[in-house]
Amino acid sequence: MSEIEAGSVGFRRLAIVAAAALVAVAACGGNTTGGSTSKPPPTANIKPPTSVGAGEGQLNLIAWEGYVDTSWTKPFTAKTGCKVSPKYAGTSDEMFTLMADGGGGQWDMVSASGNASIRLIYAGDVKPMNPDLIPDWPNFQTYFKAPPYNTISGIHYGISLQWGPNVLLYNTKKFPTAPTSWSVIYDKGLSGLITAYGDPMTIADAALYLAKAKPDLGIKDPYELTQKQFDAAIALLKEQKPLIKKYWGGAADEIALFQNGDVMVGAAWPYQTIQLKLAKAPVADTIPSEGATGWGDTWMLATKAPHPNCAYLWTQWVSTPVVQAEQALYFGETPVNTKACAQMEVQSPGSCAQYHADAPGSYFDTIKFWKTPIADCGNGSLTCVPYEKWQSAWTEITG
Amino acid sequence: MAIAATGRPRKGGEAVRLQAIVWRMPWLRATLLLIPPLGWFVLVYLASLVLLLVTAFWTIDTFTAEILQVWNLDNFRVIFTEATYRNIIWRTVALAALVTATDAVLAFPFAYYMARVASRRVQTILFAAVLLPLWASYLARVYAWILILNHSGLLNWSLLSIGLPPAEIGYTNVAMWVVFAYIWLPFMIIPTYAALERVPESLLEAAADLGARRWRTLRDVVLPLALPGVVAGSIFTFSLTLGDYITPILIGGAGGQGARDFLGGSVFIGNVVYSNVGIANNVPFAAALATIPVGIMAVYLLAAKRLGAFEAL
Repeated sequence: MSEIEAGSVGFRRLAIVAAAALVAVAACGGNTTGGSTSKPPPTANIKPPTSVGAGEGQLNLIAWEGYVDTSWTKPFTAKTGCKVSPKYAGTSDEMFTLMADGGGGQWDMVSASGNASIRLIYAGDVKPMNPDLIPDWPNFQTYFKAPPYNTISGIHYGISLQWGPNVLLYNTKKFPTAPTSWSVIYDKGLSGLITAYGDPMTIADAALYLAKAKPDLGIKDPYELTQKQFDAAIALLKEQKPLIKKYWGGAADEIALFQNGDVMVGAAWPYQTIQLKLAKAPVADTIPSEGATGWGDTWMLATKAPHPNCAYLWTQWVSTPVVQAEQALYFGETPVNTKACAQMEVQSPGSCAQYHADAPGSYFDTIKFWKTPIADCGNGSLTCVPYEKWQSAWTEITG
Repeated sequence: MAIAATGRPRKGGEAVRLQAIVWRMPWLRATLLLIPPLGWFVLVYLASLVLLLVTAFWTIDTFTAEILQVWNLDNFRVIFTEATYRNIIWRTVALAALVTATDAVLAFPFAYYMARVASRRVQTILFAAVLLPLWASYLARVYAWILILNHSGLLNWSLLSIGLPPAEIGYTNVAMWVVFAYIWLPFMIIPTYAALERVPESLLEAAADLGARRWRTLRDVVLPLALPGVVAGSIFTFSLTLGDYITPILIGGAGGQGARDFLGGSVFIGNVVYSNVGIANNVPFAAALATIPVGIMAVYLLAAKRLGAFEAL
C-alpha cells in the first residue's frame, strides 16, 4: 500500500517539473514585450463574483491523483448537491493541454502546481477568483494568501491548497544531532552514503547552498541563475556525483534506500520521512540554515467554467480545516490553512509538527518555492540560464 | 459465390466478372488482400518512425521551448561530439552486448539439457520454470532483485553470515548486469532450445560413427546447428536491453562505486530520451537520440540475418 502510494507520489512530483520548459512560453510572453514593459494576463480584467449562488449540481475537476478522494467528495456532494467528476492528470503538461481554451467549457477547476499555474494564467485559461468568498482564507498562512505562483499584481488567479518543502533527510544513527547545513550532501567523508533527487531541479538545491556558501557569486534566487552562477552549481554537482550512491526517482526508491541502510543522508520530501518513521527506520528531517526549495499547489477556476458556483463551493470545502487535514494526511503534504493543524492532530497525533503545518511565518522565508527557470532574470534582461539548459546540464552530470 | 451467381442473376453476373478478373490477375488479388494489413503497418508503424526521423532534424527555440521546423543537424552534432552522449551510447551498447553474451553462456547448457537429455516430464517442468517468471510483472521482479542486492539484502546477509565481506553491488553496474541477464534469460533459452531440438539425431550418430568424441561433436556439429537459435535469442536480449530505461532507474547507481561501476554510471539512451520528452520537452533531441538504437538494431538484424537467425525463429 505504502509502496504504491509512494510510487504515485514520486511520479506526481516528477510530473510537476514535467511541463517546466513550456512554462517559459507563458511567463516570457507576459513579462517582456519589447524588452521592458509587463503585459498583464489576458483575464486580468475579468471581475470575480462577489457572492456565491446555488450550486449547478455538477463539478468537473482536473486534479492530481489523490486530490479528489471520496472521503471528502461524498460529504461535499451531500451538502451542496454538486456531483464531482474528477479527471486525473499525470503531468503538468497534461493539465495544461486539458485546460486549453479556458477549459473548453467542459472543465471547471484544475489543481495546478507552481509551474503550471503561471503558464495557465498567462495563457488566459484561468480567471481571477475572489478570496473573500472563501471563509477560511483569512486563516491561511500569510505566504499562501498571495504566493507569486498564483497571484500577479495583486490579482488572485486561484486559491492555494497544499504545499511541501524539499527537506534534508538523515539517518539518526549516523547523525545524532541534525545537520545544520546542506554541506553534508557534498561531504567527501560521506562518499557512497548520499542520495539526491534525480531531477534537474536539484540544480536549484545546489544554487541555494552556494548562495550562502559562496556569497561572492551573488546568487539571489536559485531559479534565476546567470551563466557564471549556473556553472558554479554544475561544478558543485559534478564534484558531488562520485559521492552519490543513487539518484532517486520516486519516493519509494528513496524510502528503500534509507530503510535498507544504503544511504545516510539526502534531499527528500516530508512524505518519505513520515513513511520511514512509520516503518521504524532511524531517520529525521530538517531544514538546514541555507533554507530549502519547495512546491505549492493551487485550485484554479477555468475561464469558461460551466459550473462556477459549485467551483466556489468546492474551494470553500477543500479550504476547511477538516478537509485540509484529511488531504494533507492522505497525500503527505502540508495544508495552507493554519486551523488545519488541530484537525491533523485529531486524525493523526503528532502529524502537524511532522508536516510543518504549525510553522511560523518566518519559516516561509526559508523556502524557495519551485518556479520554472527562464532566460528572463526577473528584471527583463535575458541573461539567465533557461530550463532547457538545466536539463542538458543535468544529463551531463548524471550521464 | 455460387448462390450469388445463380440466385440473383443480374448482380451475380457482375460478381462473376469481377471474380474472373481477379482470378486472371493474381497480382490484383494479392494487392487487394494485402492493402488492409499493409496499410495499417505503414500508417501506424512506419509513419511514426518517419515522423520520429523528421522531428530529429528540427530544433526547439530555447527561449519559448516551441518546436522550430528548421532543418538542421544540430541534434546529431551534439550527440556525436559531446562526450556525455557518446558515453551513454557506449554504455548502453556495451551492457546490452555483455547481457547477451552472459545469457547465451547461461542458456546454452540449460537448453541443451532440456532438448536432448531431460525426460519428457522433466522437460515440461523445466519449460514451466523458464516461463513462470514471465507471468510476474517486470517491476515486481526488479524490485525483488533490489531486496536481494541492497545493503541489508539477502546477498550481503548471506555473505556476512558465512564470514565473508559484503559484496555491496546494489545500485551499481554489476547489479544492472545481473538483473538484465536474469530478466531476459527466458528469451534466450526458448530459441536456443528450439534450435537444439531440431538437430537431427542421425547427424550425431554419424559423427560418433566417424570417431568424433563428445566435445568434437558438440563443437563441430551441435554448435553450428544451434547458432542460428542463439543469434535469434540474442536479438531479443540485445534489443530489450538496448531499449530499457526502467531497470537503470530502479537498480542503477550514480556511477561512483569503483570497479563495480565499470561503465561509470547508469544512464541509458532510453533515460535521456525519456527526460527530454517528459521533462525538458525537447522532442527533437529525444527523436535524434532515439534513432541511434534504431540504427544499431538495423545493423544487428542484418548481421543476424546472415547468421540464419530468421530461419530459427
